[in-house]
Amino acid sequence: MKIHVTINGAAYERDVEPRTLLVHFLRDDCGQTGTHVGCDTSSCGCCVVVVDGDRAVKSCTMFAVQADGREIRTVEGLADGGTLHPLQQAFWDQHGLQCGYCTPGMLLTAYALLKHNPAPTDADIREGLAGNLCRCTGYQNIVKSVQQAAGTLGHPSAATA
Amino acid sequence: MIPAAFEYVRAHSIDEAIAHLQQHGGDARVLAGGQSLIPAMRFRLARPAVLVDINSVRDLSYLRASDGVLEIGATSRDSDVERAGWIGDRRWSLIHDVSRVVADPVVRQMGTVVGSLCHNDPSGDWTTAALASRAEVVVRGKAGARTVPIDEFLVDSFTTAVGEGEMAVAARFPKPDDRTAGSYQKIERKVGDFATAAAAVQISLNADGTVRAAGIALSAAGPCALRVDEAERLLVGREPRDETIRAAADAASRRSAPQADLRGGVDYKKHLAGVLVARGLRQALARLGARA
Ligand SMILES: Cc1cc2nc3c(=O)[nH]c(=O)nc-3n(C[C@H](O)[C@H](O)[C@H](O)COP(=O)(O)OP(=O)(O)OC[C@H]3O[C@@H](n4cnc5c(N)ncnc54)[C@H](O)[C@@H]3O)c2cc1C
Ligand code: FES
Ligand code: FES
Repeated sequence: MKIHVTINGAAYERDVEPRTLLVHFLRDDCGQTGTHVGCDTSSCGCCVVVVDGDRAVKSCTMFAVQADGREIRTVEGLADGGTLHPLQQAFWDQHGLQCGYCTPGMLLTAYALLKHNPAPTDADIREGLAGNLCRCTGYQNIVKSVQQAAGTLGHPSAATA
Repeated sequence: MIPAAFEYVRAHSIDEAIAHLQQHGGDARVLAGGQSLIPAMRFRLARPAVLVDINSVRDLSYLRASDGVLEIGATSRDSDVERAGWIGDRRWSLIHDVSRVVADPVVRQMGTVVGSLCHNDPSGDWTTAALASRAEVVVRGKAGARTVPIDEFLVDSFTTAVGEGEMAVAARFPKPDDRTAGSYQKIERKVGDFATAAAAVQISLNADGTVRAAGIALSAAGPCALRVDEAERLLVGREPRDETIRAAADAASRRSAPQADLRGGVDYKKHLAGVLVARGLRQALARLGARA
């Protein structure tokens, strides 16, 4: 079946089997391997992408055909050229990652969270990221990272300070 | 794993969806949030030949309060309920509680309330809340719509009153009066796990403090969500004092018929059913400013 999907602003037209999961479409058909697969049970959140601007979705639990005509944002689409997105910069600054396997999912889940709640409390962040597993960091620095990014996004001038 | 091959059709209207469902009969399944269906297909527990995607159907994503009923359209997500402006009102405390503990926050951005009711998992959360709230489901087929009370809708594990060639278009929750509050109490091993045990409670008081109406239901306590009629009868007409709450909790423990699994044994789960009903009643009363 022929589908048209916008990934990080670029148009992709591909022929896919309906049973192709979105994550495999992104990785294998479109070469966007930043989105990871961490489980077989829809439990880990490594594969989260943002659909139509503000909805965090586990791309292992959506078919590629469902994305026909929609806009997908993945970790490859966060940075603006050489400038990291405030979330990426914050994960760097606050040591929000160690091995990095969970990071794309964390970033995109946090991206959607901040769209709906630009000034979250630490508890909001912990609740919002409760579906994303990290085996390394202990989460503490991930919460700090999202908090820093919320500050930067809320006060754009602070980014250069 | 990769699901077995299937044919995908995208419906743009309810009529179109029903036409596809009629044409393919038992081979077709509705695809709503996909958060139960796609995992089941990946494990090849489900192998539908045709999926009818309703996510592009116009006018199915809405939360509408009218005629004393809150109607939730079939493509409204759990997160739409969780984020609704009016949800903080204590009258809606039961469904607010549920909207924050179903699955995990990412799954809730796709999973739908109506899809949960149609899936009818024995450990589902929305089914249990729907029983305690005395909700109804609007089912559409070729002949038109019918409104099915939730007790009739939930037929057996993973089986509902939705027939071949039909789909559910909305869930209807009666609007509680301002002397009503509820609570959802769930024990889970971790965020995103199904309930080890859970209880939904909704209670309405008369002006004199006696109970006018009560809804008590259990999850993970039988083939599908279970109403505890005995506990409801015990409460109605009485002042909700400690001994009445204990009696209702005992009735819930007795009624609970769970299966032993990795989440716990039968005795433990039956015990939890009572504890959670008591906690739920106390929290609902606290929300009403009443003392147990
Ligand atoms: C990691 C994870 C954790 C979860 N934890 C929980 C939990 O703790 N508690 C809980 O209750 N659920 C849990 N779920 C399930 C989740 O809530 C699902 O979203 C929900 O059960 C089904 O809703 P859906 O919209 O995703 O339906 P789908 O998966 O699209 O459909 C489910 C079934 O219902 C049918 N169906 C759906 N909509 C209609 C309709 N309008 N008319 C007719 N048939 C229809 C489908 O054909 C299918 O058979 C979890 C899921 C995941 C992935
Ligand atoms: S790969 Fe684990 S949730 Fe998608
Ligand atoms: S950084 Fe290793 S899993 Fe999160």
